[in-house]
This record gives sequence, C-alpha cells and structure tokens, in this order.
Amino acid sequence: MKRYGDVTAVAGIDLQVRRGECFGMLGPNGAGKTTTIEIIQGLLDPDAGTVEVLGLTWEGHESDLRQRLGSQLQETKLPEKLTVEETIRLFRSFYHRSKAVDDVLQTVQLEEKRRAWVAKLSGGQRQRLSVACALVSDPDILFLDEPTTGLDPQSRRQVWNVIGGFRESGGTVLITTHYMEEAERLCDRVAVIDHGQIIALGSPRELIRSLGADHVVEFALEDGVPVPDEALVGLPGVEHVAHDDGKTRLTASRVHQVVPALMRLLADRGASLSELTTHHATLEDVFLSLTGRRLRDE
Amino acid sequence: MSRLATNPLVQLTLWRVREFTREGEALFWVFAFPILLAFALGLAFKSRGPEVVRIAVEQGSGAVELVEALSSGERIEAVLLEPQEAYSRLRTGRVALVVKPGEPVVLQYDSTRSEGNSARMVIGDALQEAAGRRDVLEIRDVRVTEPGARYIDFLIPGLLGLNIMGTGMWGVGFGIVKSRTHKLLKRFLASPMRKSDFMLAFMLARLAFLGVEVAAVLAFGYFVFGVPVRGSILAIAAIVLLGAMTFSGLGLLTASRSKTIEGISGLLNVVMVPMWICSGVFFAYSHFPDAVQPFIRALPLTALNDALRMVLLDGAPLLATAGFLGVLALWGVGSFGLALGIFRWH
Repeated sequence: MKRYGDVTAVAGIDLQVRRGECFGMLGPNGAGKTTTIEIIQGLLDPDAGTVEVLGLTWEGHESDLRQRLGSQLQETKLPEKLTVEETIRLFRSFYHRSKAVDDVLQTVQLEEKRRAWVAKLSGGQRQRLSVACALVSDPDILFLDEPTTGLDPQSRRQVWNVIGGFRESGGTVLITTHYMEEAERLCDRVAVIDHGQIIALGSPRELIRSLGADHVVEFALEDGVPVPDEALVGLPGVEHVAHDDGKTRLTASRVHQVVPALMRLLADRGASLSELTTHHATLEDVFLSLTGRRLRDE
Repeated sequence: MSRLATNPLVQLTLWRVREFTREGEALFWVFAFPILLAFALGLAFKSRGPEVVRIAVEQGSGAVELVEALSSGERIEAVLLEPQEAYSRLRTGRVALVVKPGEPVVLQYDSTRSEGNSARMVIGDALQEAAGRRDVLEIRDVRVTEPGARYIDFLIPGLLGLNIMGTGMWGVGFGIVKSRTHKLLKRFLASPMRKSDFMLAFMLARLAFLGVEVAAVLAFGYFVFGVPVRGSILAIAAIVLLGAMTFSGLGLLTASRSKTIEGISGLLNVVMVPMWICSGVFFAYSHFPDAVQPFIRALPLTALNDALRMVLLDGAPLLATAGFLGVLALWGVGSFGLALGIFRWH
C-alpha cells in the first residue's frame, strides 16, 4: 500500500509473477501502475505490505537484487550530450555481469546510431536506448514502465521485438501499459488495475472470455431514442448490453446471427441506424465492462 | 583500456567531463569570465600617479581668485559654478567636494566616500597654503609601484579563489539538479551504482579542467599586469586542488535536496554571495569589525584566498598554509559526508 497525504495511490495489490513469464499491468493513467512497479523495484517504500523479488526482500539484499534487475523508468531523460555507445557503456559499468556493448546495440538495432548524441535520436530510438540500458546487465527480470507510450506504431513494434527477444532467452518481464494491444500481444498474464486496485487478473484470453462472448457489436440510432435493453437481450447470442456515449454495445458470441436479428428489430420499430460496427472483443472491452470507462480518453 | 571502460567511477567522471566539454557556453564562463573580470578591474585600478581631485567652487565674492589659487598645482581641477549646479554635481559624484567662499570657507563633501575624504585633505592643505601657511616639516613622497604590492596583485589570487568556488559550485549544483529533474538520478538508483561513486565523479570531473583554468588566470595576471608567482607551482597546485574538491563538496551539499533549477540558483547565491563580499576577494576582510573576524576566517573562500596570497605573493611554503588547508579540508569532508546522508534521489 502507498499513500501520498490523503491520497491512497495503491491499496491491496496482491500478485505473483512467475519466472519466465511476461506479466502486464494494464490500466488508465493514474491507476497506480507506476507506483506499484516502483515499489516492486525497491524505488519507493510501501507504507504497508511486503515485496519479494527473486525470493529476496529489499531489506538487506538491495545490492544483490540491483545486480540482477534491468529497469526502464517512465520519465528518464538520458544525458543528451552522450553518444548512444557512451550511454550504454556508462550503465554497463555499474554491473558485475554484463553483455558486450556491440551485442546490446545489435539487440536494439541502434548500431548505426552508436556515435550519435542522445539529443539527436528520435523518440523510438531513445526508448530503445533506454531498454538497452536495462538489458546491458543481462538481467533476470526486466522492468518496463510504459515503454511505448507516445511512440508511433512502427517504433512500438520495434520495442516489442526487443522485449520478445529477451523473453525467448528465458527472461522475466514486468511491464505496465495503457495500450491493450500491447498487453494482448506481449503478456502471458495481465492484471487490470484501476484506482490502485487489481480489478481483474488472468491471461488476456481468459479475461476476454470472462465477457461471456468474444464479439462486440456497437450501434447508434439516428433519432437517438434507445431501444429497451429487454428487447436487445432477447436477440440470439447477445450476452450483455451496455450504453456508452450515446452508443449501445452488445457483447455477443455469434455476430452473423446478432446483426440480422438487430436489423429486423430496428426495422420493426421504425428506427434507423446512424452507425454500426463490430469487432473481436479486446482487453479494452474487458476494462469497459468492469469500470464503465475506457482505458484512454482519446 | 578495458579496466577503465568497466570502472563505474571512470565512466561517471567521463560523463561529467563530456557534458561540460560539449557545452560551449559553460566553457566560456569557466575560462573567459575570470579573465575578463581581471582585465576590467586591472584597468580600473591601474597604477598611476596621485589622482586629480575634481571640485567645484560656488559663485560669490572671491570665488574667481579661489579657483585660480587652487588650480595652480597639478592635483586639483576646480570649476566655478552656480550653487545649485555645484550641489547637483556633488550629488552625482562628478565633483568630490564643493567650496563655498566666505568667512569661514565652507567645504561640503560626503564623508562616506573615499574621494570626498581625500579631497577634503587636499583642498584643506591647498587653502591653507594659499592663505600663507608654511609647513614646518619637509615630507617626500615615494609611490609604491613594485609588483606584489599593488591592487591588481591583491586581486588576482582573489579572483582565482572566486573562480574555483564559482565553477565548482555552479557546475556541480546544476549538474545534480538537472539529473534530478530529468529523473536520471532515479534511473541510477534503480541500478547497482554506488552512490559515493556518483558523487565522487562530480568532484573528480572538476580536475579535468582545473589546471587549464588556473593557469589561464595566473598567466594572464603575470603577462598583462606582471603579477608575480613567487611560491612553488607544486604548492599552488596542492592548494588549488584542495580548494576545488572542497567547493565541489559544498556544491553537492547545496544541491542535495533541490528539485528545480530556480531553487538551486537561489541557494547557490545564498551560499556564495556572502563569500564574494566577506572573504577578501575584492578588498581585505580586515575592513570588517573585529567581532566577525573569526567567522570570516572560518569561511572556506577566505581560507583559500589567504593560502593563495601567501604562496603567490609572499612565496610562502605549503606548510605555512597548513591552517588554511585544514579549514578547507574540514569543509570539504564535512559537506561531502552530509550530502551523502541527506541526498534526494527522486
């Protein structure tokens, strides 16, 4: 548990990350993800509760643990006037065990930028350098705090590839994100966090399955007069009905039956559609169904 | 090579040195600033003959004769003015004194300004002599122009001390706070980096340019103004080294809690400005009352300046400065230790 004055940032988070897995903490900004990951990394002291990493507590084992962990923090600005290579060499010098600078550069695909100042790097390149500094010690656990926030899709995929490579070599990853695609793509298990608490925990597939159906049909009506929920629940395959921002959301298992049935229902009532979309259910839908809010307000 | 490449203290120190050498502005302030200052002050206080005393004589009966009598020598430049204009020039410092002719002659001047006081004496003598006073004792003037006893000779060691303090404290203070605002400190904290290595690196990085920095100021003083360097180079090096370490330590301590650049700027000024004034950079600290002398002597810049002057101007051996060096070392070790204890990494 962690409090800041009257504000309780994190309360009652109880989780276990297994060796070799990629564990994600998914939640909106301000949910308490960073506080949690920093407590686990021994950067913040919890006001209550215990943390064990690699079977050790921070008390008395700090220097041992730091040798075995790799860390990328959310707001770190690496020294602007060092080159990529100098930056990696600086971080490398802190560890007893470390990888060759060239290997790390290759892993994060920054070989061509090795002599470039950090100031000259793009956002994606900086982020990969930041991950490189975390990987240079060949850590047992890699901590990543929103590693792709603000990156374009291509840069994001490059970071994902680096994380994937680390996983293949047997490393454990603990990552926070507010991108559901990131969590779905990278994580074996995900804790959905909101207001400092875990509100769901499981593999992305399990969490989506908990919705009861794997498709979402969203529609809006021209005159905006809603169709009563009872009528919608009666449609074949519909598991759940929700309203969000003037739209109606149906969680359903068989889209090919739901959509024609919905059209007939609306035609009978004389209502006409202004919008209709369907998609595979995602973690975003899980979050929406649990909290009634979206992960990101965009 | 490989030993150095994997040594954290070496890598951290390299980081600090690179940050500095790759920042053009910083180089200017460290090297050009003290020389410009020495040049300006050196010109302002250049050795020359006794100053010309500029005074005004108010219009009135006998004023014209008075001006003539006063202007006969070389030292006095007297002008005849309306009372109002004369007073206005006195107020703005364009004349040092106003003479009102009459019985008695009235001399109006500002006794808190040294020009006023010296004008009072010069004009007093000149008036008495013009009225027929004869001196009973013959006095001959011998002007001191010997290197080592002029104002510029006093100034150069002081500027050297000032520069060692300034670059140490600004460089370390800003570097630390910038790393803190950029969350770099937190990132280092997440690594097994030793905290003492980090702090030592800031102090060691000062050494990289200290030699050039000191040599630049001393060479300038020596070649442009003939300021002597009488002590041994080794003794000067030892004092300068200890001074630089001490002020890096003080910079660390000052920056140990600050979260913003504005905050650290203010704090550094609070720490340094009293020493600019009290520690005998621009004028001797013996001007201050006796009661505060022990406090002034306990300041690190006072100790550094005193040690530098002893060695540079008097050619004293290093051992003679042991007391000053002790004061410096105490400040350095104390501030480093305290900084390590109260340092804020987040």
